[in-house]
Amino acid sequence: MNISVSPGACAAPVLKERGQREVFCGLTGIIWLHRRMQDAFFLVVGSRTCAHLLQSAAGVMIFAEPRFATAIIGERDLAGRADLDDELDRVVGRLLARRPEIKLLFLVGSCPSEVIKLDLGRAAARLSRVNEAGVRVLAYSGSGIETTFTEGEDACLAALVPEMPDTAPGAPASLLVVGALPDTVEAQFRSLLSQAGIDRIDFLPQRRLAELASVGPRTRILLAQPFLAATAKALEERGARRIPAPFPIGIEGTTLWLEAACRAFGIDPAIVSKLAEAPKARAAAALERARSALAGRSVFFFPDSQLEIPLARFLAREMSMRLVEVGTPYLHRQHLAEELAMLPPVQISEGQDVDLQLDRCHAARPDLVVCGLGLANPLEAAGIATKWSIELLFSPIHGYEQAADLANLFVRPLARRAMLEV
Amino acid sequence: MELSLWTYEGPPHVGAMRIASAMRDVHYVLHSPQGDTYADLLFTMIERRNTRPPVTYTTFQARDLGGDTATLFKDAAREACERFRPQALLVGASCTAELIQDDPGGLARALGLDVPVIELELPSYQRKENWGAAETFYQLVRTFAVQSNRSATDARPSCNLLGPASLGFRHRDDVREVTDLLARLGVRVNVTAPLGASPADLARLGDADFNISLYPEIADPAVRYLEKRFGQKTVRSIPIGVTGTRAFIDEVLQVAGLPAIDAESLGRACGLRLPWYSRSVDSTYLTGKRVFVFGDATHAIAAARVASREFGFTVVGLGSYSREQARDVREAAALYGLTALITDDHLDVESAIEALQPELVLGTQMERHIAKRQGIGCAVISAPVHVQDFPARYSPQMGFEGANVLFDTWVHPLMMGLEEHLLAMFREDFEFHPDAQPSHLGAAAPVLAPAPAAEPEPVAAAETGWAIEAERELRRIPIFVRGKARRNTESFARERGLSLITVETLYDAKAHFSR
Repeated sequence: MNISVSPGACAAPVLKERGQREVFCGLTGIIWLHRRMQDAFFLVVGSRTCAHLLQSAAGVMIFAEPRFATAIIGERDLAGRADLDDELDRVVGRLLARRPEIKLLFLVGSCPSEVIKLDLGRAAARLSRVNEAGVRVLAYSGSGIETTFTEGEDACLAALVPEMPDTAPGAPASLLVVGALPDTVEAQFRSLLSQAGIDRIDFLPQRRLAELASVGPRTRILLAQPFLAATAKALEERGARRIPAPFPIGIEGTTLWLEAACRAFGIDPAIVSKLAEAPKARAAAALERARSALAGRSVFFFPDSQLEIPLARFLAREMSMRLVEVGTPYLHRQHLAEELAMLPPVQISEGQDVDLQLDRCHAARPDLVVCGLGLANPLEAAGIATKWSIELLFSPIHGYEQAADLANLFVRPLARRAMLEV
Repeated sequence: MELSLWTYEGPPHVGAMRIASAMRDVHYVLHSPQGDTYADLLFTMIERRNTRPPVTYTTFQARDLGGDTATLFKDAAREACERFRPQALLVGASCTAELIQDDPGGLARALGLDVPVIELELPSYQRKENWGAAETFYQLVRTFAVQSNRSATDARPSCNLLGPASLGFRHRDDVREVTDLLARLGVRVNVTAPLGASPADLARLGDADFNISLYPEIADPAVRYLEKRFGQKTVRSIPIGVTGTRAFIDEVLQVAGLPAIDAESLGRACGLRLPWYSRSVDSTYLTGKRVFVFGDATHAIAAARVASREFGFTVVGLGSYSREQARDVREAAALYGLTALITDDHLDVESAIEALQPELVLGTQMERHIAKRQGIGCAVISAPVHVQDFPARYSPQMGFEGANVLFDTWVHPLMMGLEEHLLAMFREDFEFHPDAQPSHLGAAAPVLAPAPAAEPEPVAAAETGWAIEAERELRRIPIFVRGKARRNTESFARERGLSLITVETLYDAKAHFSR
């Protein structure tokens, strides 16, 4: 596929804003991560607010005995530090006794635990040594003061990197695909890449701790998500090298992503393109219908997950939408270099001052706004169609077979507005 | 530290948000880290508000913790006042900001804003949502209700309706129902607050002759203040159910100095149907149904009364997560010979329900899921609730229409009398036996082999086994009570050290448990 690199976007000044941010904290990542890592348990050490956030974001999932919980810090715990360690030991002991199937326990730091400087890393090391069940205990921060929404996944995966074994000397080069993907998407990517001739393909995270891939200087990493800065850095420190590529969103993104992987392994990228002909044709046909609904419509992204730039690139280039503003909570220029080169000229904003951004949004009157659930209904009530963004993290959207599903997530709110007569 | 998977109440600043969102012309500046805005979606999604809650978050991050979080707070407060022009500014800290001790009140005062600033001290590590709501409402009332101008214009007695808030279970419709009822009694509502009120309205609270504490969890500190400040009396009967509504009417008339009325004919005039529905023969089957009640104190106490006196149920468990009202719940439970379950651990509630094996659970969103897992019917009577319990249709819990709503809502999950009778009568019938295929699948449907796989293995199979005939007999019991029959029989056999459950045992156990 030919890429016409537009010169505009990359060079455009990014609007950096600080102010009220209408975003989730990194704790939210637990909700999809725990589904992915099946022998892991996520214990947030935090306040009642943290527990309330998790149950608000997890919806009905909370009733299925999920593998996450909150150790709520009480007034007594704030009195002295030593007491907190004992309390944590007691809570973890009770938890592990109740859930014997757990092999990996994450202690997840929160704003309160970080402000009182509770050293969860040290606690994790101690608990790893002392627990009788042999459960590995790790720590990372999902706090709002450190992480925004998907950065929770990044922090979690980065904490897993030191657990990955070293690649055996003389082992063949391997591809490590990084970022939690739904099973179906993972299977599709694995199938295409292995048919193209990449022998060793691993994914991070894996379903079980024991299946954790090895890493070393012959590991090439391919990011499946744009929000994995710390994980990539930790892997690079182990000698792995990142394959620069846009993200596998839409036909174009998926093709370039697969081709970049092949190229890194000295495989002719035409091979993977040839293998992907059937799914590409299917996706193209399905996207044609969505394009007729989206073409020419304008879209405004509020910052949320860091997926905004790849999504905007897809909507602009493959769906012919007009971009008004693309907000992202954090812009990792290096990981997004290929995306930025493909993005049509548009105002990118990093960070947020939500009141000012809402002013801009209302002034622009876009046809569609991608935003969080706190903003969606108020915008709808003001006559602006919205697509709530958290669904983009919970639904399979990557790869060829999911491209039309992704496009339809944006079609549906517009189609619905057109249908309703009341 | 307390291990928690689910909480009945949010932190106290969410309670403060419920007051700010309920009111007009109030803005809340919350000193909080990035991420606490999650609470906005409770209002925009669950309650389906069409505007953002009137809350500005300072959204500090790790890099701000060095020392300019105070500046962040001041900027946020000043900008919020300029942008939203509120009549009152609430300021406070969320759990994390409480730890960094920036003193929102002092900072806001230092700004010299031209709007009253109310500083909220909400101890996040001790208190919870309802307490936060009650404290916030109290502080607002204390600030604005400073003058009494009673008896000014209207000759009719007047009252304030206090307690309804955002995210309150059926508060919207309860207010309408109670306001209509009061109008029929000749009582005028002076101010309803916090729901729909502005600070200017709060300033008129003293004009009313008396107050109605509709939701004590939120209104209690405010009404106690108003009793002292203006000598206003408080109506404390909760008008839930027919008995509750009649008691409420009596108390209102007495406090308002109005003559007593015939509440029964008033009920008829208002379209009350619960008493007749409950007396009609189809409801005979409701008699003695064993019901477990859990929720906030107000709704749980009222539901237990209605269940026992208006439905003819047997209350087998009563509890609440409202620690502030624990004493009231204990007193109520004693009326039914029960010990109240006061807990905010849903696992305790789950084990209580499991042990009691009620036929109906009246509870919150959490009890609905517990009941679903245990195959027990359930109706929701109290917050916390999910989006379906903020319905589009008119569905009060209070007053006479509220009683009608309760009848429909609580009976629905139970087998109606006629249905239960038919199923029992025909349970041996080839078309009704438990393994029969649904008739709409027709003759083409594959005939299932008698399916032992469908029946879970007895839990205590090792110690007590089922004889083949007993197992067969068990399978004749309708599926919706079979689980209970199995559990009861097994515990009966275990207690008596029986290793084999025979048909005899099954019926002995049935006789034992039906006493």
